[in-house]
Amino acid sequence: MSELTDFGVKRLRDGVRSGEFSAREVADAFIVNVSKAKELNAFLVETPDHALAAAKAADDARGRGDTLAPLAGVPIGMKDLFCTNGVQSAAASHILEGFEPRYESSVSQRLWDAGAGMLGKLNMDQFAMGSSNETSAFGNVVSPWRRTDGGNAPLTPGGSSGGSSAAIAARLCPAATGTDTGGSIRQPASFTGITGIKPTYGRCSRWGVIAFASSLDQAGAMARDVTDCAILLEAMAGFDPKDATSLDAPVPNWEAGLNPSLAGKRVGIPKEYRMDGMSPEIEALWQQGIDWAKDAGAEIVEVSLPHTKYALPAYYIIAPAEASSNLARYDGVRYGQRDLPDGAGLQDMYAATRAAGFGDEVKRRIMIGTYVLSAGFYDAYYTQAQKVRTLIAQDFENAWGLCDLLLTPTAPSAAFGLGETTDPLSMYLNDVFTVPSSLAGLPAMSVPGGLDKQGLPLGLQIIGKAMDEQNVLNAGLALEQRAGFTARPDAWW
Amino acid sequence: MSNYRIQGATGEWEVVIGLEVHAQVTSKAKLFSGASTAFGAEPNTQVSLVDAAMPGMLPVPNRECIRQAVRTGMAINAVINKWSRFDRKNYFYADLPQGYQISQLYHPLVGEGVIEVSLDEKDPEAEVKEIGVERIHVEQDAGKLMHDQHPTRSYVDLNRSGVALMEIVSRPDMRSPQEAGAYLTKLRSILRYVGSCDGNMDQGSMRADVNVSVRKPGGELGTRTETKNVNSVRFVMQAIEQEAQRQVDVLESGGRIVQETRLFDPDKGETRSMRSKEDAHDYRYFPDPDLLPLVLDDAFLDECRATLPELPDAKRRRYEGDLGLPAYNAAVLTADAETARWFEALLAESARIQKKGEAEVAKAASNWLISELFGALNRLGKDIENSPVSPEKGAELLGLVADGTISGSIAKQVLEIMLETGDAPAKIVEEKGLKQTSDTGAIEAEIAKVLEANPDKVADYRGGKDKLFGFFVGQTMKAMQGKANPQVVNELLKKALG
Amino acid sequence: MSVDKATVQKIASLARIAVSEEEAERLVPELNNIIGWVEQLGEVDTSNVEPTTAVIPNTLRLREDVVTDGNVRDDVLANAPQAEHGFFAVPKVIE
Repeated sequence: MSELTDFGVKRLRDGVRSGEFSAREVADAFIVNVSKAKELNAFLVETPDHALAAAKAADDARGRGDTLAPLAGVPIGMKDLFCTNGVQSAAASHILEGFEPRYESSVSQRLWDAGAGMLGKLNMDQFAMGSSNETSAFGNVVSPWRRTDGGNAPLTPGGSSGGSSAAIAARLCPAATGTDTGGSIRQPASFTGITGIKPTYGRCSRWGVIAFASSLDQAGAMARDVTDCAILLEAMAGFDPKDATSLDAPVPNWEAGLNPSLAGKRVGIPKEYRMDGMSPEIEALWQQGIDWAKDAGAEIVEVSLPHTKYALPAYYIIAPAEASSNLARYDGVRYGQRDLPDGAGLQDMYAATRAAGFGDEVKRRIMIGTYVLSAGFYDAYYTQAQKVRTLIAQDFENAWGLCDLLLTPTAPSAAFGLGETTDPLSMYLNDVFTVPSSLAGLPAMSVPGGLDKQGLPLGLQIIGKAMDEQNVLNAGLALEQRAGFTARPDAWW
Repeated sequence: MSNYRIQGATGEWEVVIGLEVHAQVTSKAKLFSGASTAFGAEPNTQVSLVDAAMPGMLPVPNRECIRQAVRTGMAINAVINKWSRFDRKNYFYADLPQGYQISQLYHPLVGEGVIEVSLDEKDPEAEVKEIGVERIHVEQDAGKLMHDQHPTRSYVDLNRSGVALMEIVSRPDMRSPQEAGAYLTKLRSILRYVGSCDGNMDQGSMRADVNVSVRKPGGELGTRTETKNVNSVRFVMQAIEQEAQRQVDVLESGGRIVQETRLFDPDKGETRSMRSKEDAHDYRYFPDPDLLPLVLDDAFLDECRATLPELPDAKRRRYEGDLGLPAYNAAVLTADAETARWFEALLAESARIQKKGEAEVAKAASNWLISELFGALNRLGKDIENSPVSPEKGAELLGLVADGTISGSIAKQVLEIMLETGDAPAKIVEEKGLKQTSDTGAIEAEIAKVLEANPDKVADYRGGKDKLFGFFVGQTMKAMQGKANPQVVNELLKKALG
Repeated sequence: MSVDKATVQKIASLARIAVSEEEAERLVPELNNIIGWVEQLGEVDTSNVEPTTAVIPNTLRLREDVVTDGNVRDDVLANAPQAEHGFFAVPKVIE
């Protein structure tokens, strides 16, 4: 029954509902795939029992003739940033190694309540800081994709949700949760030929999600197609009184609202995203996307987002500033690792614990964040960055006067080789197209557009108005139908 | 008192004082979590996962804490900021699980206000000073560290972690320990009236950081020190006195004052430097991204205003004006909310029992409360809140005096018995046979005996020594065991002494 | 603005991250690269711009004053590196 693992969320859900196959068979198939894929290092913890228990609940419910929950029979992967009751939740950091929360994040709880089961905790960039998965304290994830040059160089699955993207692309799970702070769902989706959506900031509760940058962090759905993303996101989203930034708004029935026609929609092409030195392949992909949108009935308009070039530097002040404070709680007192040198006092214990527990990139960002908030620099850096953020949000507001959606490439390149990008700044530039919408809290998704000359996937990004996930998903569906993306990595692992 | 000066070798020094008072907001649950605020629980039992700063935990503010801070601001006529927000104050300490305290720096909930303090106890209007309040903001309390339970370890209890505090920051408007004491006392009084803080300084519900500097009178402001967490009015006054004297000594011996955090040691009665806090000065405040701006609407503010009680100054003026109480009585009765509540219950019940207006019974009631009941409670070491005598029973007792059933001196005896047994005064009077008598026959018989026993004094009185009349009254009352109606005794004595 | 080794040490100390001499030296150019790059924000005229306070227009929701949590000491202490007698234990602090 290994072909079950080729099915996506909708197909699995419907198959279990109709009795075409049992939830148990589905769970078993994915559990086998997970156990055979150690080389990808996508899972930090495997939880077959969780997936099997959910499958049993689904099969029992069906046996009783009960109506099945929306995700009954669908096993998924859970990014390690989500706290899961009794299962190590470490944000892929050594400092939280062994931490088993006694609570369940609101988003994962919603998924279990919807009948989903958990195959395991997915590897990621440490504390979601990274774009290549190389900052994980437990070894990087290896993309299932390889270049067609025969060199077999190991590639990045993108980051920070790289365990999620790799696992979905490699058919280890039909869907997974991701989180996106500056592109951490969209860029890995683009790198691995899958689909990922970051909803409007506040749609998914942050309660129980290990914080990176609170004003940017947003959970979202990753799967192999737009419909599956809609189904998963519908189960994840919703008001949560435990998160003061949660949006108190009803969750639309996105799956039912899917409509691939873009007739009457204006799709904006932001001219500032056409950057100097843009790879011709990315440019060609973008043009292809524009043509598909037109074909789906959209009117194409050029728009200007004049502050685009300042989005990345603003992001790299705001996110590290928030992170420097959010990560202060990892001090070796109440949970996680403690490093207590002989004769050390409390403050020495903090310094030793944090030096040993955090990886280099995390330390770098904490240092930057500490610096920009420190006495005498706060206004010049932090306040200025938050003002620029206002301008970036205004850019989008102005654009919405001319269009309903924006279409851009997701990332400036295809997946790069592990170890190829060592300079932190060059790594940060990966997020150039995804960060502006994160700063503005807007919904955005990546759908596969095609392959580059080396046979690697490239993604297209759709950005929508706040709360307008439906039109983002619809545009994604329009592109998906025209792209006909069926490429998949050959199993070498 | 405002010309309080320290006499130094180089002349007089003026002391400049500002107080930052941390007052625990009266609420059932914590500022950002649903854990209880009750005092004295087992360690780490009143701690939610939010208070312990578990990964991914988020704060959601408690409406009541915001409401109480707003009402407090209104009580001191302060500006209420309809738009405020919470900031993080970042530092590392074992009692601070998040690694930051959620506080308000840039946009506090309450802005400029003012508190009037009386510097003359006998006459509250005689010397009044206005002390400016710069701001009131809301913030989280920290947990507690225990140092004496293990030789090499400190223990952390997070029960207090996250309890709501108001930080009430004064202007540096005070110039003497007495002024600071009066300010703190008045502030405590207002908080208790408003009901926003119980004011229990011994349980840590209210504590003050004391900023002190000295200067030559009218000169440039000196460098200040901050003495942290002083927990009684008396200690605040002592700390100021000691710290100001220390600063004068340092300056006069050619030294300079270092801006630093100090600790008051009540046993030694002195302040000392707190080195452990010295490197923590760069707090990297920034708006808490887990919390959105706090925007208050008019309905919220209207409710806060509508539920404000009559405040101590207004009440004192009303007691003087409408009830005709002496200034001293009015001040004493209004200084504490609980006392005023007790007095007003006593007053209402007395007026009802005696079928008179409140103004007619106010003076007797206030005198009895201040001189009789306060005295008795003082002896018992109790305060008005746990008085064994209720206002209703007090009014009953006053009614018995007013209608002539018992005399004032018998009333004292009855009160003692009431305090012991909790019985109603009428029952005590009945059972112990303490009823006052106007039985002229019985009184005349005792008067006759008194006159007979004191022929020389009778002669002196009749010879013009009028003052002896009191002696005869006293003797007669004594013979009657205090139960004779004094007015009847007077009349009959006058007749007998002719 | 650029940072030197002393500044790196100061920031590391504020952030409670122990850094060796070598690490501090390595961090100087790394941090300067990043800081130099973010400083391009200074070019933007923001004189009449308010800093962002909420990405999606929204204000703070308040909860009711009800005790709904606590009495979960086992959960609170479950992951502690050192817990004794119901407390978290840390190296002795001298105040």
